[in-house]
Amino acid sequence: MLLILEQVLNGLQYGVTLFLLAAGLTLIFGIMGVINLAHGSLYMIGAFAGVYVGSLTGSYVMGMAGAIAVGAAAGLAMEALVVRRLYARDHLDQVLATFAVILIANQAIVLLFGRQPLYAPIPAALAQPVTLGPGFQYPAYRLFVIAAGLGVAGLLYLLINHTRIGMLVRAGSSNREMVRALGVNIRWLYTSVFVLGALLASFAGFVAGPIYSVEAGMGERIILATFVVVVVGGLGSIKGAFVAALVLGMIDTLMRGVLPEIMRLLMEPSQADALSAGLASMGIYLVMALFLLVRPRGLFAPGS
Amino acid sequence: MTTHRLAIAAALILACLFPLFAASIGQTALVGLATRILIYAIAAASLNIVMGFGGMVSFGHAAFFGVGGYAVGVLAAHHGADPIFGLLPGSNAFLVAVPVAMLCAAVVAAIIGALSLRTGGAQFIMITLAFAQILFFLAVSIKAYGGDEGLVIRRPNVLFGLNLRDRATMYFVTLAITAGFLALVWRLKASTFGAVLNGVRQNERRMAALGYDTYGVRLYAFILSGAGTGLAGALMANALRFASPDMLHWTKSGDFIIMVVLGGLGTLAGPLLGAAAFLTLETYLGAWTQYWQLPLGIILLLVVLGTRGGLMRLLTLSGDWIRRRLP
Repeated sequence: MLLILEQVLNGLQYGVTLFLLAAGLTLIFGIMGVINLAHGSLYMIGAFAGVYVGSLTGSYVMGMAGAIAVGAAAGLAMEALVVRRLYARDHLDQVLATFAVILIANQAIVLLFGRQPLYAPIPAALAQPVTLGPGFQYPAYRLFVIAAGLGVAGLLYLLINHTRIGMLVRAGSSNREMVRALGVNIRWLYTSVFVLGALLASFAGFVAGPIYSVEAGMGERIILATFVVVVVGGLGSIKGAFVAALVLGMIDTLMRGVLPEIMRLLMEPSQADALSAGLASMGIYLVMALFLLVRPRGLFAPGS
Repeated sequence: MTTHRLAIAAALILACLFPLFAASIGQTALVGLATRILIYAIAAASLNIVMGFGGMVSFGHAAFFGVGGYAVGVLAAHHGADPIFGLLPGSNAFLVAVPVAMLCAAVVAAIIGALSLRTGGAQFIMITLAFAQILFFLAVSIKAYGGDEGLVIRRPNVLFGLNLRDRATMYFVTLAITAGFLALVWRLKASTFGAVLNGVRQNERRMAALGYDTYGVRLYAFILSGAGTGLAGALMANALRFASPDMLHWTKSGDFIIMVVLGGLGTLAGPLLGAAAFLTLETYLGAWTQYWQLPLGIILLLVVLGTRGGLMRLLTLSGDWIRRRLP
């Protein structure tokens, strides 16, 4: 029972991390119509910048500020140099160009930091486990990630639903041409949405750094799962991204936790571990494939 | 048209002489590179059927490449041992293993295509990627066939007593198959089916209104493309004597897309040129620096953002330029 509870919290933590990435990705698709494979690179850049600044200053908060600042700058550069030229192109060009950005970003990180994973420290205040119930301890840092993720989700909700720029974002994701026709400065809106996505991604990379490893290529490991979230949630829908991120994060984590136990009852341990690891990794893709057959446009597709 | 025929004849003659040339400069490793170029050209030409002729961006073609490779590997592993699932005997014969590999890839493509083609646009890209990932993790998790370490094929397939372990022999076998395959793709493009597929790409609703089953046309193209990519996978498994989850990795699907676009989307010779350019870049940039993906990424970015039509367009443009200067 305690094991299940722990897995549920882990699932929640993975889910909010996915949401931080998926929110930006889904907005970028919904408003600009761009498939940005390189969104994971912003996550990686945030993690590396955060660890670097954190190790220079010795402060977790400064590290976070550094991660966000560098992530925003990288997002600004990526939008101005590459993504801006892709708004009018088809999906094929977008996939290819952003795939090229992944190659460039990964190699740049390898050149700067090497291939060895970096050590991302946990702040001292969060290093001890917290007792949540009788005999149930849980790492404080993971709770902090859950809280931070939910907090950012709340802020995002306020931003999207109760501010003027949020109104433009909502309008843009349900009818892009109409927003353009109404005389909104679309270039400015596009840049701000992209930088907002970059901020969220680099923040996600920074807070997830101590949990997953900080290394070149870390973005790709999570970006495919993020795409699954975005597609299942409905391209362009933040609400969909939130629901899908939590559900898929939970499914993925529970499968990884529970499947090996079940499989070990059926076959010898070494085979069971390999098979259940594979099946668990497949899980979210299976869910997506089945889900799209029932709802080809996802959970909450705007403008449908 | 005659210039095209001349160009094809010249390319074939040069391709036949290539091993001699490589031997004369003492670089027989080049023959292995050329073989891989020809194999990837088959995969890229297959992807070009759905992406260039049919306008469907598949980000999951590594699935069919891997299925083809694993089919050869699994058949070889069961050759002279216990049958597969206790039913089917293994095989070491090229003329059995390669068609079976194509058939397996076609069946997988039929399933993936039938499901994926119900969506479109960005969802199609992502669902094809998802199916390829499912197969990737399947290959990683089955320990009986090597798991994440891959499946070593002890002996290449047997074909008329030829020694496929010999670089030049493998090269000529691959050359013959690639030439035949590209000729088939050329016939396909010129056929009625090719015209209908092109129509579906340009305006699906109009083709539906004309009475064509557009879903069926797309699915058929997808299956043909899957079988072709499976052929490439089967040849690659023979050339490397190895089938691994690497063949199914999503970046492999990305590589195929790069080859098609680099060469020229929707053209006939484009995939061959694209595969040649990609592998040459990979080999020489890789020898020059361990950070070869950095220049590759920059080149790719410039090609995508700066050109429309890839290397084939460059060739056509320079051909026009020369022709204008001739009397």
